[in-house]
Amino acid sequence: MRLEPVANPGLLRRLGLPAAALVATVVTGSLLALSAGADPLATLGLIVTGAVGSKFAALETLNRATPLIFTGLAVAVAFRAKLWNIGAEAQLYAGALVTAVLGAHPIVTGVPGMALIGLAAALAGALVLLGPVLLKTRLGVDEVVTTLLLNFVLLLVVSMLLEGVLKDPMGMGWPKSAPVAKSVRLPRLIEGLRLHWGFGLALIAAGLVWLMQARMRLGYEIRAVGLNRAAARFAGVPVGAVLVKTALISGGLAALAGFSEVAGLKGTLTLDLSPGFGYTGVIVAMLAALHPGGVVVAALFVAGVFVGSDAMSRAAGVPSYIADLLLASALLYMVLAMQLVRYRVVWR
Amino acid sequence: MTDLLDIFLSASFWVALVRIASPLIFATMGELICERAGVLNLGIEGIMVFGAFAGWLTVYLGGGLWLGVGVAMLAGMAFGLLHGVLTVPFGLSQHVVGLGITLLATAAAYFAYRLALPEVTSPPKITPFAPWPIPGLAAIPLIGEGFFAQTPLTYAGFVVAGLTALVLFRTPLGLALRAAGENPAAVEAQGLSVTALRIGAVAVGSGLMAVGGAFLTLSAFSSFFFEMVNGRGWICIALVVFGGWKPGKAVLGALLFAAFDAGQIRLQQTALGATLPYQVFLMAPYLLSILALVVMSRRASVPAALMVPFNKGER
Amino acid sequence: MTRTGTAPDIVLRLDGITKRFGALTANDAVSLSLARGEVVALLGENGAGKTTLMNILFGHYTADAGTVEVMGQVLPPGTPRAAIAAGVGMVHQHFTLADNLSVLDNILLGTRPLWSFRLNRAAARARVRALAQDFGLKVAPEARTGALSVGERQRVEILKALYREAQVLILDEPTAVLTPQESEALFATLRRATARGLSVIFISHKLHEVMAAADRVVVLRHGKVVGEVATADTSPPALAAMMVGAEVALPRVAAGVPGPVLLRLDDVTTPDEGARPGLKQVSLNLRAGQITGLAGVSGNGQAALADLLSGLIVPTSGRLILSDAAPAEWSPRAALAAGIGRIPEDRHKTGTIADFTLTENAILETYPQLTRAGLLDHRTARRFTEELIADYDVRCPGPEARIRLLSGGNMQKLILGRVLEARPKIILANQPVRGLDIGAVAYVHSRLIAARDAGAAVLLISEDLDEIMGLSDVVQVISEGRLSPGFARGTMGAAELGQWMAGAGFDHAA
Repeated sequence: MRLEPVANPGLLRRLGLPAAALVATVVTGSLLALSAGADPLATLGLIVTGAVGSKFAALETLNRATPLIFTGLAVAVAFRAKLWNIGAEAQLYAGALVTAVLGAHPIVTGVPGMALIGLAAALAGALVLLGPVLLKTRLGVDEVVTTLLLNFVLLLVVSMLLEGVLKDPMGMGWPKSAPVAKSVRLPRLIEGLRLHWGFGLALIAAGLVWLMQARMRLGYEIRAVGLNRAAARFAGVPVGAVLVKTALISGGLAALAGFSEVAGLKGTLTLDLSPGFGYTGVIVAMLAALHPGGVVVAALFVAGVFVGSDAMSRAAGVPSYIADLLLASALLYMVLAMQLVRYRVVWR
Repeated sequence: MTDLLDIFLSASFWVALVRIASPLIFATMGELICERAGVLNLGIEGIMVFGAFAGWLTVYLGGGLWLGVGVAMLAGMAFGLLHGVLTVPFGLSQHVVGLGITLLATAAAYFAYRLALPEVTSPPKITPFAPWPIPGLAAIPLIGEGFFAQTPLTYAGFVVAGLTALVLFRTPLGLALRAAGENPAAVEAQGLSVTALRIGAVAVGSGLMAVGGAFLTLSAFSSFFFEMVNGRGWICIALVVFGGWKPGKAVLGALLFAAFDAGQIRLQQTALGATLPYQVFLMAPYLLSILALVVMSRRASVPAALMVPFNKGER
Repeated sequence: MTRTGTAPDIVLRLDGITKRFGALTANDAVSLSLARGEVVALLGENGAGKTTLMNILFGHYTADAGTVEVMGQVLPPGTPRAAIAAGVGMVHQHFTLADNLSVLDNILLGTRPLWSFRLNRAAARARVRALAQDFGLKVAPEARTGALSVGERQRVEILKALYREAQVLILDEPTAVLTPQESEALFATLRRATARGLSVIFISHKLHEVMAAADRVVVLRHGKVVGEVATADTSPPALAAMMVGAEVALPRVAAGVPGPVLLRLDDVTTPDEGARPGLKQVSLNLRAGQITGLAGVSGNGQAALADLLSGLIVPTSGRLILSDAAPAEWSPRAALAAGIGRIPEDRHKTGTIADFTLTENAILETYPQLTRAGLLDHRTARRFTEELIADYDVRCPGPEARIRLLSGGNMQKLILGRVLEARPKIILANQPVRGLDIGAVAYVHSRLIAARDAGAAVLLISEDLDEIMGLSDVVQVISEGRLSPGFARGTMGAAELGQWMAGAGFDHAA
């Protein structure tokens, strides 16, 4: 077999294939439920109601989606430039660390204080990605492995600090940081609902990334560098500078996930702050085909699957790791579907 | 300084060194085979997790140790087949598919583990491979015990590395594989199928990665627990680069890396080690891998068609 | 396998081969036969369907209709292995060699069953040496293929076919990468081969070569056989007429009026890049109102010179001087700012971004000027592109279509428009018409001449000696990174230039 490009994919192709990927995911989920000895329809139903079945569940899903929007955007921005940032987890923890340090004893309070802490957190994440990117542009070191390895390093740095200087003396021996001061905790988005402003910031970030990608010069440069580095360089696009800017934006966005979790949801930094939000960001970005609007939708979907699976697991006893399995297969189905939108398979 | 010398002169250091290197050797050979054929396999981390689980489960359910190795190998090959089919004929991004396979294989192992043992908190143990001293050689002072009193799976790792080198550089199949990684058009022009060669390489390579994972449960830790692979797969990718895509040098790299790792564990227990947080020592392997990549980046001779998809008859 | 009633001395017969790619019919009921010991030339323009036909014969593509017979036996379609086993050997235009493998490994690839245990290099090496001796194809078996010259690589390709005991040898545009002298040597090898009973098909669009090397010529146009004639019974003009379907008049180019020097290279050296040589103490003057033609075999430093003028590399020694001043900083953007318009060698890899629209490609070099407060002015960009499409006759679905949908000629016209609309003082035209049909070639050439007449200094790099001699006011030859003196229009023939291309003149000078 070989692939032949489809010049102008029709609407059926562009919508039908991704829909088929979704159906395949559902079928996979049913098979997994069966393998766990549970009724597939009931299991999937429990996942759906667990995700959006009540006000509490829906808010939980929105809260879970918040860091995923940030990390999804971080990955989407980087992948557009074919900058393989698999280190969103590390950048997230860098942002969380700075937020915990600055937030515990804020010098400036209120909204300006939050803004300053957010900026500092973003800067920290940007710097974490800057290293691998400079190694890539200056020495040609592949960024996939370096960003992956830095995830482990950053987690150990956080662990070291939480057991050392940052350890909360009031924490009853648990390795966690001193709480973020009330004056710089992100307020609730709507009074009375357990949803903080981090979600609002995530939506604003998605809007800004859309503006950047679709309308700004930098977005054009990023796409040029991603689609054909040699042609971009030849035409005078400053490839190295564009990659560095991409890295700063991407690392900053991932770090805001950490900022939003610590200053918004949790109020403190612990080692289990992120159950792999950085890695899941890759799934979110790919499901969204790297579009910022799609990232929001995909993050909600992914968060729903996680939250719903947890609830389902408590009720039906199917291991909650079904969520990771569902999402990993959704990712593979979706990238295959997107490829088949652009290419048709020709036998011989 | 004397602390360091004491460490190097203890037989237990050499035993640990070779034991730490063994799973890396299997998985590094697996990745090297994939990359020599032109496919970057980022599924390695997850495939190692699944291999560790599959090997352990087989033995836990009453299978023999070698059966465990075989099951792990087959499971790894199945994930490799999936990776190969998606990236080679369908030409999907090797980065995305590789990460997807890692997530899939890891989640599959954890899901199945929870399914098999819903209530267990402390992971059940199995009886792992016993050391198998080679008469005479094992008595060599200092390094004898390290290299010649290991489990049979360790010896198998060195045999696999030797076979990998032999097949790659001394057989028609190896020549075709390397050519598929250098210039797939040259392979196609000889009427050989690049698709088949690459899928085959990824399947076999992934099988070896899974055996590397199985080493952890069947020969090192004797039980399966979460996070047990802990970035070893990514380190193996760095080792392939460090070894310049040559099996011998990659094995050397794995041993060097293991020497460092075995050394740092022992250094933690010295007076010097006690002054530093233990996390500093745990960080060292990852930082060392990054350093290796930086040092080798200038000299490495990457397979020319690594990560370049090949679409037959493209005009 | 069925025996058909073919005469025994017919080694190859193509019968009614038809192949379509979407709406395009690349081969339309093509039939062709080849006798033992015969050299047949397959002549046609770019895009006439020659390469497609040979790829079908060799099993890379499957024909929609028609059969291939070798030695009287019908080949199963779509399997190169069957073609190789039947004794067909093919030397592709783009060599299928792995650079990092040795010559011997490249030859050995695929010759032994995959699952056998030994490669048997020693026996193979002896056989390669013997074949090289017999056919006059000197090459070292242990050399790394990437380190060989283009001519040597072609020898490896031919050895590959001979090692497989090919009876029919197919050569796709074999002389495109050779000096006239190397071409002569190749033809001598072919004569040795045919004397031993091999048969040869060689694909070309160069008339004089076809006349010199072939016994018989088959002419393809738009995928159809439009003529078949013995070389003894025809002439180059007659073949040209058959090839393009009309009498062709080569354009007469009036001489330019040279003005001041706009760009000067002063003793410039650039680093070698792998097997690609850099420049070796090159001095060059580009004058306003003049086309300087750079002749040479590909891979002799043209890429380094083009990269230098494009701003991609900087000299390691010597100076690049623009209107009496050396630029402070040298980059693609600095080159553009200095008024250098660049038509790159490879329009797919460096000239355009395939998944960008025409508009996005059209502004690739000028987008900084179209930026207001960080935002791109799409409306102006689009208007500019619409004008470009009209002025340069780019046939396309519209400014928002992806450029990958365009033919090579239309893609090149868009690049030409992008370059010329910036009103460059200096134009670097690197292989500007490679792979284009005759209409597009004439169009690109006329635009370059018009730009020269308007006062631009043009550097034309081409491997096609006819193009160089037809267009240039001054010709210089590049060989192994060294540059010959300039020769004014009409003072040099192909034979003398060929001597320089082979490096002979430099040795006298040194």
